[in-house]
Amino acid sequence: MENMNQQIVEDLQKHFGEHSIYGIGESHGILQVTVGVDTIVPLMHYLYQHASFKFQFLTDLAGIHFPEAKGQELGVVYHLHSLENNVRLWIKAYAPIENPVFPTITGLYATANWMEREAFDFYGIIFDGHPNLTRILNVDEMDYHPLRKEYPLEDATRHDKIDELFGR
Amino acid sequence: MSNSSVQVVEAPPGIEGQGFFATSLDHLVGMARSNSLWPLPFATSCCGIEFMATMASHYDISRFGSERMSFSARQADVLMVMGTIAKKMAPVVKQVYLQMAEPRWVLSVGACASSGGIFDTYSVLQGIDRVIPVDVYVPGCPPRPEQILEGFMQIQELAKNESTRRRHTPEYKELLASYGIE
Amino acid sequence: MSEIALVNNPNVGIDHTKKSGPYVNELTTLNLGPTHPATHGIFQNILTMDGETIIDAEQTVGYIHRAFEKIAERRPLYQITTLTDRMNYCSAPINNMGWHMTVEKLLGIEVPKRAQYMRVILMELARIADHIICNSVLAVDTGALTGFLYVFQWREFIYEIYEELCGARLTTNMGRFGGMERDFSPVAIEKINKVLAELPKALKEFEGLVMRNRIFMDRTQNVGGISGERALNYGFTGPNLRAAGIDYDVRVMNPYSSYEDFDFEVPVGTKGDTYDRFMVRQEEMWQSLRIIDQAMKNLPEGPYHADAPHYYLPDKTDVYKNMEALIYHFKIIMGEIDAPVGEVYHSVEGGNGELGFYLVSDGGRSPYRLKFRRPCFIYYQAFPEMIKGTTLSDAIVTMSSMNVIAGELDT
Repeated sequence: MENMNQQIVEDLQKHFGEHSIYGIGESHGILQVTVGVDTIVPLMHYLYQHASFKFQFLTDLAGIHFPEAKGQELGVVYHLHSLENNVRLWIKAYAPIENPVFPTITGLYATANWMEREAFDFYGIIFDGHPNLTRILNVDEMDYHPLRKEYPLEDATRHDKIDELFGR
Repeated sequence: MSNSSVQVVEAPPGIEGQGFFATSLDHLVGMARSNSLWPLPFATSCCGIEFMATMASHYDISRFGSERMSFSARQADVLMVMGTIAKKMAPVVKQVYLQMAEPRWVLSVGACASSGGIFDTYSVLQGIDRVIPVDVYVPGCPPRPEQILEGFMQIQELAKNESTRRRHTPEYKELLASYGIE
Repeated sequence: MSEIALVNNPNVGIDHTKKSGPYVNELTTLNLGPTHPATHGIFQNILTMDGETIIDAEQTVGYIHRAFEKIAERRPLYQITTLTDRMNYCSAPINNMGWHMTVEKLLGIEVPKRAQYMRVILMELARIADHIICNSVLAVDTGALTGFLYVFQWREFIYEIYEELCGARLTTNMGRFGGMERDFSPVAIEKINKVLAELPKALKEFEGLVMRNRIFMDRTQNVGGISGERALNYGFTGPNLRAAGIDYDVRVMNPYSSYEDFDFEVPVGTKGDTYDRFMVRQEEMWQSLRIIDQAMKNLPEGPYHADAPHYYLPDKTDVYKNMEALIYHFKIIMGEIDAPVGEVYHSVEGGNGELGFYLVSDGGRSPYRLKFRRPCFIYYQAFPEMIKGTTLSDAIVTMSSMNVIAGELDT
């Protein structure tokens, strides 16, 4: 698998340029690349239609929040899988928290519909062009994005389980 | 008659004679109600699977009179809430409870329905007794079918010993008013 | 008057263009609401129907959202196993083992062969238990209650095996990082052999009732189908994808826990309809029995857990006598052992498909980010497409055969 990863990196850097594909790494055998927000959709299309790589399965789409990385707080990690070559790939992209806009990939993968809604619900990441970007798991009236690091796990309005009793 | 090992249930207190048995209406109605409770299985998560095990032939809840699971709230006697109730689901539980006709009982099965369980989070209702009045709580995560049956038997005790006027008493109305239910 | 006569006349079709009169054709909105006898779990479908035919479905999920991913950021790694139980609660050991394998990948622990075989046996038993529920409840939804009662006895027996090993029936929290917490006791081995000997008879009985039953076949064939390409695009995995013709099984493609040692087949359907899904699950139960048989016959001797003192609790007798063991015990329980920095993704073949765990660790004792790749959440999106144009009873049967488990849908 290592030479396949190397092959993928070389091919992508040749096609998109070295400045667009950075942050190359390998984590327990899975290749990861970091790209800018604008490169996501062309990269996905390229990998989908590639003659030999054939990354045509989107396994997962995870949002992530790094409050310390100024200008790049909210990120999305796309997990791609090529079923024919049995190779996985992680594509990471980051955006600032003031304007967390990513392009949607629902045009290419129908499965990204709910995955992107979940990332929006949990982190407030806006997917440009999504057909129905509303909350999916939390109540519709919720006004904050709970999985961001600044919010607590417990319900802010509870009055019986106070922190003093629980040693916090 | 002589050495039969069948245990006969005790009759309620009353006056017996040739061809008649006189008892109070409360006892008669209580006996009838407690042995024919139709539950509404409001199964949301893992406790629902233990309820399926209780319904299956090994633990068989229909021995206790609940042969027919009523999914229509209007025809149900016991609301068995089994599983985690999230805040999104709380209005639904309340609406189902409001649709039930008196007399109605509520059995809260599992730690999540009783008190929020292991999920002390922003999205889980910390116990259904925040929205509806509960009669019996069955703890466990999930409770074994024997525990669910014990909870059900306690509801049967409540049904058997309840006065037929209970639902019209001011205390009961006050209880419902505290939940915002008319 | 004459209009009514025309409409009631069977020789005349209903005029859909009529905009006035007593029989205007309107679309109905039906709420297949969160609590419904046939939805196995709570999720809502608002159906727009033209008579009995479904035109569109709008889905609302999240009625049992318990914020697992946020809870996981608070808990040390070994306490997250209890959360994974409650995702796909019909086959909890598979979730537990998947999580343990993810953490072992991050920590670099090598699990001994015996523990791997034990894990395989338990995961396959859990898969059988999950498919028992799905198939028998699918039969119940078409009206056949008897099959459910017959095979549920065997699910009770599998619960007894879990109790021997970990003490709990449903939410098992089975296994530890590096292996299992206790070896198979003689009672457990006897019970597993009993499953191998007697479950085939019960499965055949169930099949005899349902599989070639005219009514069941009429209700489930050509209902709720999806093509292989659409299924892949929707991210289907597991029996639903295999019923549509694509043979993607994580156990074969990325083998974990010694699955490559076993000889088994992966059943694949042709049309992707409800009957195919039922048949794929039924056949998978037979293949699981085959795997358990091979694993029991070749169960190697050896330790049932790895030598990883930082993560695996030492034996209690050692804790009372040995200083090192005491210190490790203290550190593990009080959560003073940190996980290494890194990211890992591991997936297992769950009862419903590829169950993945994406763990990002920043060197603390809890994960920085833990994402569960839940197959139910991903393939439930395709439900409106699968039921467009069918009737309401077909929609119920389709939903049943997809095995949507609310705990996994909403985490």
